[in-house]
Amino acid sequence: MDVRSTQTQPALSIEHIAVHFGGLVAISDMSFVVNEGEVVSLIGPNGAGKTTAFNVITGFLRPSKGDVRYRGTSLSNLKPHEVTSLGLVRTFQRTSVFQSVSVFENVMIGLHRRGRSRLWDTLLALPRERESENELKTRAAEILALVGIERRTAELAGSLSYGDQRLLGVALALATDPSMLLLDEPVSGMNATETARFMQLLARLRGFGVTILLVEHDMPMVMGVSDRIVVLNYGKIIAEGPPAAIQGNPEVIQAYLGQGAKKRARD
Amino acid sequence: MKRFLPWIALLAIASVPMWLKDPYLLNTFITTGIFIVAAMSLNLLLGYTGQLSLGHVAFFGIGAYTSALVSLGFDVELIGGFRVVHEPWPVWLGFVIAILVSGLCGYIVGKLSFRVRGAYFVIVTISFAEVVRLVALNWVELTQGPLALTSIPPMTLGLPGLGYFDFYGKPSNFYLVLGVIVLAYVIISRLVNSRVGRAMVALKENESLAVSVGIDVTRYLVLAAVISAGIAGAAGSLYAHYLKIIDPDVFLFLYTVTMVIMVITGGKGTLAGPIVGGLIFGFIPVVARSFASPEIQWILYGLFMILIIFVLPQGIVPACEKWFGVNAQPDASGPIKAKTQDAP
Repeated sequence: MDVRSTQTQPALSIEHIAVHFGGLVAISDMSFVVNEGEVVSLIGPNGAGKTTAFNVITGFLRPSKGDVRYRGTSLSNLKPHEVTSLGLVRTFQRTSVFQSVSVFENVMIGLHRRGRSRLWDTLLALPRERESENELKTRAAEILALVGIERRTAELAGSLSYGDQRLLGVALALATDPSMLLLDEPVSGMNATETARFMQLLARLRGFGVTILLVEHDMPMVMGVSDRIVVLNYGKIIAEGPPAAIQGNPEVIQAYLGQGAKKRARD
Repeated sequence: MKRFLPWIALLAIASVPMWLKDPYLLNTFITTGIFIVAAMSLNLLLGYTGQLSLGHVAFFGIGAYTSALVSLGFDVELIGGFRVVHEPWPVWLGFVIAILVSGLCGYIVGKLSFRVRGAYFVIVTISFAEVVRLVALNWVELTQGPLALTSIPPMTLGLPGLGYFDFYGKPSNFYLVLGVIVLAYVIISRLVNSRVGRAMVALKENESLAVSVGIDVTRYLVLAAVISAGIAGAAGSLYAHYLKIIDPDVFLFLYTVTMVIMVITGGKGTLAGPIVGGLIFGFIPVVARSFASPEIQWILYGLFMILIIFVLPQGIVPACEKWFGVNAQPDASGPIKAKTQDAP
């Protein structure tokens, strides 16, 4: 993971992105930046275009208009695996692990890009193959310890509890050595203890200098971890700012947070 | 014990020509062995990357024809009066060239057809096999069409000045096929237990997640197709030089189906699966022949296949692994929930 760099440098910039599915406008015109080392949350009602935005950023979907740049490189024409190799890595909302292989194998798969062995090393069982495999195994154990599921190493990923599967999903993303993580509803389906554990993990990742863009519905968590929040509604950004400002923003309350949030914000 | 099991099995199989003198049974062992090599190659694609190629016999047939033509020589007039004359080359060179040509075809088919998945991919591969069959049938000047390529020389090994060894008899062909099976097994097992194999399994399990951790899907699918086609080509070459005659029927859809049956019943995605499935379905006709008429033999073949799929949907090898506790996973359904809730 990268050394923490100057906070104000933009890492990811989304420039006038629009996504149309036929006549349906999923995102009409979206622009925002995420600075190096920042934790930014993207919130909004279901169907507001959050996951679509993730798909555009990571190359799973081509925008109809606009451009996405990561550390100066345009991502418009890159395939998802090429985006990953720039250090920009996502997790998924639902299916986030390789169900039928062990937890350890999952992380080994995630470490794919770090392997140094070439095809010939593998076929002829040259020393480099074993060296590379051993390095990967050590690294996999470290990553499992970091996210806190090291005791589940030998189990099948599909047999893990929901919360642990989400953690494994993050472990998979971390295995690619990202400089920026895009987390799509990482704590949905987690209980309060698991969420608290996840927030600790986020804090540690932040300590490593990883920039984070978060999509999440769990408001206490969003308010707790974010430096800035971007609010989407009907494919448009309706507000942007630090948590306190967002909680008091009438338009956001109207569209998403509800009147209760206003009261809590006053308290 | 688990470590020695493959070696014991290999020794047992290697001793077969020493006590088995019945040429018909030995012949069955050899042809079954050739199909096992083909099934192993199909398993790499079907079992590890999860792509069903129903045109796999094309690579087998291309290997057979390439190897036969390289060792027989040919004289063909191409469009525009351009003549290509090829003098016969040593047979082992034909074997190598068969692998390369099949691998190249695997590359081209892979590059073109991995743009689509699922049923579309299956259709592309079937069409490819059918096109190749029609070429073999109609390009009479090169392939003799339905008249078949005959007098194909047996496999030879050796170098000028050092002497040659001809694989003419059945026992020597038996060991040749066994050698190729072992080689293919080693190649495939090294591949699937490496980072390449993990990438393939990742694609099969969850393609979007695989892509998001930085795995280049097309690259690994094409790689699997090339290696798989190359091994199938090797099997085809063995087939041509063992039977010494090949006609366009080597491209029959039936052969692809046979390979698929071997892989599925034995257990796709396991190294031993195609071998176990191959032995069973290679020998069913032999066993059934002793007491049933041909129609009944095929009915038995079908019934046996349905039975295996019905009772052991994962295949024989995974079921055996489960029974004997190999690779057993600790039962992890109950205690996990409690533990995570206790965690701070």
